[in-house]
Parts: sequence; C-alpha cells; structure tokens
Amino acid sequence: MKVIYTDNNATTQVASEVLEEMLPYFHDLYGNPSSMHSFGGQVAVKLTEAREKVADLVGATPDEIIFTSCGTESDNTAIKAAIESNPGKKHIVTTRVEHPAVKNLGEYLSKRGYRVTFLPVDRQGRLGLEYLQKSLSDDTAIISIMWANNETGVVFPVGEIAEMARDRGIVFHSDAVQAVGKIPVDVREVPVDMLSLSGHKIHGPKGIGALYVRKGTKFSPLLMGGHQEGGRRGGTENVASIIGLGKACELAVEHLKGQNEHVKYLRDKLERQILKEIPNALVNGDRDNRLPNTTNISFEYVEGEAILLMMNEFGISASSGSACTSGSLEPSHVLRAMGVPFTAAHGSIRFSLSVYNTEEEIDFIIEKLPPIIERLRSLSPFWGQSGKEA
Amino acid sequence: MWDYTDEVKEHFLNPRNVGEVDDPDGVGEVGSLACGDALKLTFKVDEQKRIKDVKFQTFGCASAIASSSALTEMVKGMTLEDAEKITNQDIADYLGGLPKEKMHCSVMGRDALEKAIAHYHGRPEKKIEGNVVCECFGITDVEIERVVREDNLMTVEDVTDYTKAGGGCESCHERIQEIIDQVHGKSHVVQHKPTGLTNIQKIKLIEETLEREIKPSLKKDGGDIDLVDVDGNTVFVRLHGTCATCAASEVTLKHYVESKLRDLVTPELVVEEIQ
Repeated sequence: MKVIYTDNNATTQVASEVLEEMLPYFHDLYGNPSSMHSFGGQVAVKLTEAREKVADLVGATPDEIIFTSCGTESDNTAIKAAIESNPGKKHIVTTRVEHPAVKNLGEYLSKRGYRVTFLPVDRQGRLGLEYLQKSLSDDTAIISIMWANNETGVVFPVGEIAEMARDRGIVFHSDAVQAVGKIPVDVREVPVDMLSLSGHKIHGPKGIGALYVRKGTKFSPLLMGGHQEGGRRGGTENVASIIGLGKACELAVEHLKGQNEHVKYLRDKLERQILKEIPNALVNGDRDNRLPNTTNISFEYVEGEAILLMMNEFGISASSGSACTSGSLEPSHVLRAMGVPFTAAHGSIRFSLSVYNTEEEIDFIIEKLPPIIERLRSLSPFWGQSGKEA
Repeated sequence: MWDYTDEVKEHFLNPRNVGEVDDPDGVGEVGSLACGDALKLTFKVDEQKRIKDVKFQTFGCASAIASSSALTEMVKGMTLEDAEKITNQDIADYLGGLPKEKMHCSVMGRDALEKAIAHYHGRPEKKIEGNVVCECFGITDVEIERVVREDNLMTVEDVTDYTKAGGGCESCHERIQEIIDQVHGKSHVVQHKPTGLTNIQKIKLIEETLEREIKPSLKKDGGDIDLVDVDGNTVFVRLHGTCATCAASEVTLKHYVESKLRDLVTPELVVEEIQ
C-alpha cells in the first residue's frame, strides 16, 4: 500500500540528495575530523562546509553554530547555559505550549529552586505579550519561547519578544525546530540570542541538531569533553549526519524560495475541503499566523486514535492530540492550554505536509476522511444526541 | 503505535452489534465525552432470561470500540446470571489480550454490562461507593480496591492502566499505593524523616515555600494564599480569589499545599484553612 505521509511535524523523509551526500562518510571516508592526517582532515573540510550551510539558512555566521544530537539537546543546552552563566538569577520564562524538551525541563527546574513562569495562550493559541512584559524581572535568567508550535503551527511574535528581552538585558532562546525551513528564520532580523533547530524536521537525518549562539552570549557546555565545537560540545562529531544536515539546510533555502507556496496551497485545499465536507469540524489555532504546512482539526464526538487507525487502513499517516495516542490519559497539553474543550481535543487530528506531498494525495485524503468520520460518529452514543445531523 | 492483536483490529474495523436495541430491557451507560471514552449498552431478553439481542454505541479509541463489540458477541445467548459473571479479563482474553495501558477499555465494558443488568432487575442505580481518590477521573477507593484484588495489580501504574485513576495530576499516587498495600496485606509504614528544624527555621521555611513554590501556581488559576499562623505542626492559611470559592479548594489544600510543604519543609505538617 502506498503511504500518504502527512505527519511531517513528527519527522520527515530524508531527501535523496541528503542521503547521497551522507553515504560515503559511513564506510569509505570514516576518518575523525580531529585527526592530524589528511584522511581525517578531508572530513573536517566537509564539516566546515556543513556549518556554513546551516549558518546560511538562519542568517548566522558559521562560528555561531554548534552541532548537537537533536532539538532536545539544543533546547537543554540553551536553557542550562543561560542559568549556569547567570548564577544569581532564579527565574525562567516560557510558555504552556512548549515542546516537552523545554516544558519538562522547566518543570524539573521549578523543583530545583527556580521560579518558572509558564505564559498562557488564548483560544487561538496566541501568546499575550502583556503577560510576558509583566512576568519579566531583574531575576529573569532566560526567556525560552518557541518560534512556531508543533501541534497547531501557530507562529509566535518572536521579533517583539526578542526586542523586549534585549531591552531588559535578558537572554532569549527560541526553539525554532518547527519553523526552520518552513518560514524565513533570520537571526539578523530577529535578535534571538540562541536558537534550536533539528535535522529530521527538514528532510535531514534523525539524531542531529544545531544550536545557534549569538556571538557574545555567555555560554556553558552541556556535554564536557574534548575540544570539538570549539569546546562548546564535547564528543566526536556525528560526521555523516552533520553533512546531511548541511545538505538539508541548503535544500531548505531553495524550498523557501517557492516550493513552500505549493505546500500552503495543498494545506489550504485540504483544510477547506475537510471543513466543507464534514460537519462539526473546527480548526485549532490562529489561522492568520500559522506555518504553511500545518492544520490541526477537531472532529467533535469522535476519538482521535480511532480516526488515525481508520486512516491508516488507507495508508494515510497523521497524528492526534487525543489522550489515547499519547500514552497519558489527558489530551494534548497544547490544546488544553488553549482551552479547547476535552470533547474537541480528544478528536483532534494534525496534518502536517511537506514539499514532497502531491495534490493527488491531498485529494485522496479529502475523499477518504469524510466517510471515516461519519462511520465513527455512527458508532458514537453522543452523535445522535448532540450532533447537527441528529 | 499500539500493539493491537488481530482480533482487536478486526472488531474495531468491523464492529458487531452497533446501535441501540428497540425497546430495551436493560440499558447501561458509562463514561463521558470529557473522559475520552463512553459506552452505551442495550439488550433484550427472551422468556428464559437469555440475552437475545444486544447492541452498543461507543465513543473512544480502537480498543474501546473493539472491547464493546467483543462484549456483545460474548453475552449474546447467555443467561443474565452467566453474563453477570463476565470479568474485564474475560473481555481482554476474548480479544487475544489488550495492551496494558488499554485495560481500562475492558473495565468500561464490564461496568456497562453490570449497569445494564442492574437496570433490568430494577435495582436502583448503584451510588458511587467509597471516597473519591482520583479527582481527575472520579475514581473511588472501592473501585480501585476491586481491580487491585480481581486483577492482582501490584503498582500504581497498573491501577492507572485499568481504571485511569492517577493518570491526570498524579497527586493521588500515594493514596493508590496505600490501597494496593492494604489489599496485599502490607501495613503501610509512614516514614518520618528526622528533622532538626527550630520553630523559627520551620516558620521561615514554610513562608519561603509558600512564596516560591505555591503562590505562583495558585496565581496561575487566579487564586492566592496567605500564611496566618503556625502552631506546632499545623499550618493555618487563608485562600483568596477563585481558590476560596472553588469547590475543589479542600482538595487543592490537602493534596497540593500540604504535600509541597511536607516535601520541602517537614513531613509532619498539617494544613488547615481559615475561612
């Protein structure tokens, strides 16, 4: 069965160009870039190139890029670096809708003597800047706010947040894992101090990420070890993956020039048709400030896992904020923070597209989804009672 | 992705006996939209008190739908007496097993069947017995005791998998462990950490903990808390804002403030609210 993959905020396919670049560095060119001999040295040259490509995608200089093992490591490094290098400050500001990499670290630190403010969002998932302004104090060590949300695609006003942080002399870190490659992210225009990105969200390999650290930002490494990454991240470099990440960033620069328009067209078509064909379906998140590839739709009176498994029968891959899919018993913390009623949160489905999706695939989903929802509603004891089609 | 058996998948994709029986003899409804799953079971009996027709409607995940469908197949043709003996484990076994985290789906099936049979006999709707332990999902100590005994559960995690209790805010985990220990005949030993705090140090630490750990969380929900007095190990506090009027304030106090203070100051503390 053909797979129709619309779960690209979870992970993406490694682009064939990326894979091709990576392959020689597993078996043939396996030298250690730190070695003195030219067999290793030729690898170091490739790492330099990759660093330039990553820097280029976000408007940084190569020495401001640190390679890490993933987005989570980048987030942890940034927050821990900020609190380590500001030992007198015991306050952290973040939001209620962050990725677990930031949220759970925040909760951990709140039990270790830090005061952590989790800023609220409104029903559309938007951040109120007045809350941010009010929360800041001389004790604030770092503001860590995502560039765009992984579940709803809502884009935060990072430019204004960065200005606010700068005025107060507070370090601003942004988890841009979902934003990079989908919308322009440029650290020359938005003065963030630190920014996380991840390879596998942009058609690079899994197990590789990067952290941008603005020149002059106080830093302290998470992993102590050798002199790799200028002493900012110990451990022998994940050579093949770094080279893959470099290539993926180079492709992302290309995609930003036009192909992302195509993604937006497909997303809009999918969303429009679903809302037209299926009653009691609602979009979660601010539709005016969203990533072009993401739509999060709640189907009332049905449960998300059941929808996913029925779509799975047709090879359609998506994800849900339902409790049943998370392993926990409560629906997504993002949808709950937005005040989406449990009744709708349990039936939420996220479609996240990529440049590799085709219009035929979108049409296929539009054809298959309405009967699935109708079928599950016909099983539901609530649909007849409360639904429009009673 | 859940590791569902072929039987679960089959019953999910092709559920049997969907709908409502006309003019039913027994009706059982459990769960709610908010909880994420709900089941309505209806049946009709023949002259020999055998279930001759049975149907279900389920809102929930694949295993909830499959468990409901399986249950209807199992009880069809059974006498009410036999049907009443079906356990949640029987439902899971019929489906070749359920993932551990999904056992509560089979418990929901058994509960709906029990309710429907009670309804048939005209027994009054069983009042929820016992005291609520898990506030998030409204599960009582009696319900928890029952699954711990019947399914020989050993850990809090097991109890969550079977009843959902403890799957939300997790503040009831200690109480669930106590119930498990009681059922398995272990006496619950409360461990007291020796503390070397003077009264002044204790009061200071209580104040600091309220400021740093407790107030910020209450403020998030629009409430606030003031320290009024400390007498020995009793901490008197006053609540403001939404906390003061919220029906759950008793719970907020007992479970949250007290456990925080016990964790961070000394385990002997008791919190009392002053109106």
